[in-house]
Amino acid sequence: MKSLDDLKKIREAAQQKVTMRGKNDGMRVLVGMATCGISAGARPVMNKFVEEIAKRDLKDVTVTPVGCIGECAIEPIVEILEGEERTTYCKVDEQAVERIITEHIQGGKPVKDYVIGKYRL
Amino acid sequence: MNELSLHILDVVQNSIKANATLVEIIIEENRIENWYTISIIDNGHGMNEQTLSEVADPFFTTRTTRKVGMGVSLFKMAAEMTEGSFNIESKVDQGTKVIAQFKNDHIDRAPLGEIEETISILILNDKNIDIYYKHKVDEREYVFDTREVKKVLDGIPFTNYDVMMWIKDNIKNGIDTIIEEEQK
Repeated sequence: MKSLDDLKKIREAAQQKVTMRGKNDGMRVLVGMATCGISAGARPVMNKFVEEIAKRDLKDVTVTPVGCIGECAIEPIVEILEGEERTTYCKVDEQAVERIITEHIQGGKPVKDYVIGKYRL
Repeated sequence: MNELSLHILDVVQNSIKANATLVEIIIEENRIENWYTISIIDNGHGMNEQTLSEVADPFFTTRTTRKVGMGVSLFKMAAEMTEGSFNIESKVDQGTKVIAQFKNDHIDRAPLGEIEETISILILNDKNIDIYYKHKVDEREYVFDTREVKKVLDGIPFTNYDVMMWIKDNIKNGIDTIIEEEQK
């Protein structure tokens, strides 16, 4: 098991490359984490986002758990906010997360297969 | 929800919304007396008696986007279907305490599941709320406290990849270790 000493080493390594930034700069990923989202599988989706974004070292992207927007049937719902622009993805799974990060967050093009307009509400 | 840790993730969202600054999650497994208890204690704004009496009703919610609120009701059901019990105490401006007790070896007692995944989402809350997690198996216990971790991290965020992996590893192995030691 990793000890607090290991954590200190991680801190020291991280302190050498810290960059400061404002809280709401860049892109925000909002993951619906209410009862409906959780039941539909939002926890692994959120964790995948958090892990992949940290792994790819995407510094100006933040991931936040949020409530329910009232379309529980198409959870897990993920929203990507960039400035005034909002893209809503639904029925997101871990495979979709990979594509959203690569194609949208890094590539700049929304992944049409998962955007909310594809589903009839 | 097929894992108790998913119910915990869900119910703690209420504490976050109630502006708690500290949430304590305490799991106690007593294999001799055959019970399993999950307590969630926060110091948020609490509920008045009227709200408290309605909160386990699935047709009660504080939300305006929909008319049902299943979180607490589902957690209550999960406990009661194992011949267990469910109780909420709350005082306005002091906080809320949710206690779910399960019969440990009941066939319907869901497994805890990936509690480290639940905790790692909870600590990423916007409001910098501290999480204290204690897991007790008979006489042994494991404790994870974000206040201790923050002291060591000295400003390095939880979103750092290595920090994240350290937290998940620490929780998972911490619990596995006490279970293993108890079995000896």
